[in-house]
Amino acid sequence: MTQLEVLRYNPETDQEPRFQRYEVPFRDDWVVLDALNHVKEALDPTLSYRWSCHMAVCGSCGMMVNGEPKLACKAFLRDYPGVIRVEPLRHFPIERDLVTVIDDFVAKLARVKPWLMPKEPAPAAGEYQQTPAQLKRYKQFSMCINCMLCYAACPEYGLIPEYLGPAAIALGHRWNRDSRDGGREARQQELAAKEGVWDCTFVGACSEVCPEHVDPAAAIQQVKIESTVDWYQAHLMPWLKK
Amino acid sequence: MESILADVAIVGAGGAGLRAAIALAQADPALRIALVSKVYPMRSHTCAAEGGAAGVIKPDDSLEQHFDDTVGGGDWLSDQDAVDYFIREAPKELLQLEHWGCPWSRAADGSVAVRPFGGMKKQRTWFAADKSGFHILHTLFQTSLQFPSIERFDEYYATELLVADGRCAGLVAIEMRSGQMRRFDARAVIIAGGGAGRMFPFTTNGAIKTGDGMALAYRAGVALKDMEFVQYHPTGLPSTGTLLTEACRGEGGVLLNRNGRRFLQDYGMGPETPLGRPVLKTMELGPRDRVSQAFWHEQKKGNAVSTRWGDAMLLDMRHLGEKTINERLPLVRDMSISYMGVDPVTDPVPVRPVVHYMMGGIDTDISAATSLPGLYAAGECACVSINGANRLGSNSLTELLVFGRRAALSALEYMGNNKPAPAPASLAEDARGRIRELMQRTGGTETVAGLRKEMLRTMEEHAGIYRSGDGLGAACAKLGELRRRYRRLELHDKTNVYNTDLLQALELGSMLDCAEAVVQSAAARKESRGAHQRLDFPQRDDRSFLRHSLASYDAGGAPRIGYRDVVITRSQPGVRDYSGAHA
Repeated sequence: MTQLEVLRYNPETDQEPRFQRYEVPFRDDWVVLDALNHVKEALDPTLSYRWSCHMAVCGSCGMMVNGEPKLACKAFLRDYPGVIRVEPLRHFPIERDLVTVIDDFVAKLARVKPWLMPKEPAPAAGEYQQTPAQLKRYKQFSMCINCMLCYAACPEYGLIPEYLGPAAIALGHRWNRDSRDGGREARQQELAAKEGVWDCTFVGACSEVCPEHVDPAAAIQQVKIESTVDWYQAHLMPWLKK
Repeated sequence: MESILADVAIVGAGGAGLRAAIALAQADPALRIALVSKVYPMRSHTCAAEGGAAGVIKPDDSLEQHFDDTVGGGDWLSDQDAVDYFIREAPKELLQLEHWGCPWSRAADGSVAVRPFGGMKKQRTWFAADKSGFHILHTLFQTSLQFPSIERFDEYYATELLVADGRCAGLVAIEMRSGQMRRFDARAVIIAGGGAGRMFPFTTNGAIKTGDGMALAYRAGVALKDMEFVQYHPTGLPSTGTLLTEACRGEGGVLLNRNGRRFLQDYGMGPETPLGRPVLKTMELGPRDRVSQAFWHEQKKGNAVSTRWGDAMLLDMRHLGEKTINERLPLVRDMSISYMGVDPVTDPVPVRPVVHYMMGGIDTDISAATSLPGLYAAGECACVSINGANRLGSNSLTELLVFGRRAALSALEYMGNNKPAPAPASLAEDARGRIRELMQRTGGTETVAGLRKEMLRTMEEHAGIYRSGDGLGAACAKLGELRRRYRRLELHDKTNVYNTDLLQALELGSMLDCAEAVVQSAAARKESRGAHQRLDFPQRDDRSFLRHSLASYDAGGAPRIGYRDVVITRSQPGVRDYSGAHA
């Protein structure tokens, strides 16, 4: 058997969060999500958490497992000897139990204008040509599943809630690097703002915890460099500007 | 009760719902569009689709061949006028996604790449590595953010449609965050609620796929069509049911029994093709129903491989090499290692058939309209039907784009011809009363987990790959009993905020209604066609059953089963041939 220590909080009935222990069977093929589902089904139907795909692509089941941001569907019990502590994702308000309020991210995502602003009108017939090399330039940043692990890992986001944060920056950057896109200037007002990339102190925790191997830290550094070049061009070499 | 005014309310924010919302926003920026979903859009199950989306694009292909593959793949139960519309619109929709920035995989020259898929005579499946559905969903979601007229209601669970004077005039939903009920007054409603694979214990479907959209329409008097056709995908991981895409075989992976034999050649899909050189519509590129059925027979013969999770076959991809696997099937490799401890680069992966897709669903016509004026449906929850008795892999991602857009256009046309007629407030109050009664009920004897377990066991035992009259009779009786017992359910959790005990109870109610429609329709169809195989009626019977089944809801008892003729325009029922020898 394995012990789970799960944070519980119901705003209607609890003054403050508390921990509740559950004993679940140990199976070496089980992930933390399987253990939570066992609790929900057999022990305590009042426990609330989000989940759906059980294959690390829907991004619903991000939570803290022994203090680290993890997808519950990819955190194996076998990797956690002893009591496993499960908490809602850090840095987000708790809605109930393991369910967090993610309105902040959803609003920030829209602010970076994560849609194609065509550089040239779409071909009348057929597709834009894009070589595999051009695809590769942005592909990894398009792999973000919006699971919020990087926000939970980011110490800057914990200190400065206004910070745009790793996933939103990586997704804005994804469109900037797409050969079909011409919207970089429109995105810069968010990405290059004080609360954009400049709040990042390059801790790099975002890239370490990403379950999809996106490298938001790299995106942030690339935006910083590009923004710096922009500044020099605008202020010192205005004749270079179109 | 707080009321939200909209022109169109869309239930479900996966691929079909988002596509419909964008089409509406583009058609008329003044429209108020309420996008109501029980999960955030990016959590929708469209994200789990792996292999790709079919649409004719390459010069060696033709619409006619896509038509033939789809109609034959569906064992002639598809409506051919709908298939014609679908294949014509398919390339336009896939190009539209490309123009919105979808990261389709590319050929060296920069054109979109296509890959082979089961039952398709040409390579016409567009893909984004093995995360095609994920990229389609996120492209649509992010594209939708530029339209201020799309107002999202994330994590709202729709409990009922509002129907007054024979027209759909909105819906009632629970805001999960507060537990409060909201009324949506809408001039038209589009249901895009996805499938219902969670009726079965072993499924590729995520937890959210509980048939809620189907149940909404069904209870409002719209029939569920062809519900007996449940697709088993041949290759799921035995441990979790996680899908390994058909693209594994499209890229050249092969299926072996315990003796190392490529057994599909023994089931009319041979002759054996050379390793690493897949032949379209042959062997491992046969359709899903035939491949899953072949495994069932191998299992009976004792040719299956034993694993700690039960019988399996082997999916061998070793000959593809590490480079191809990493480029084309990275998710497959990651999941095989994570959930099975097997690396496909070095070892064959055990797999077994797993419930994947509902061919049946809300009865709609070619314009995505239901029999209830003002109500439309698209995506897996709907049955147009283009998929007939067996869907071909990679037709469903395209379907949700084509018919998501079509539902939006139809709703627009309807609003142009009909004045708004809001439902009386009492309807929504009654709906709230029903939820309140469930929340406050005491002295109940049934639990969500208990009833769900019995439903899952019944479906697994009697509604699987092969079915019998006796088994289906028992399943019909059991589902009727479970629906009665459901009325005595009592919740453990009676609080308001994000109450998943309540959510699961409502989802269970949806699944029980859908499951009963499945087994009743299956019991009535005394023939074998596509994914519906009867041990007691092993032949296809075109004289009696070249017809769609229509299950109509009855609150007090079993559904009534009726039929409607299939639309045949130019392809008469024939023999489904998946042997390369006759190519």
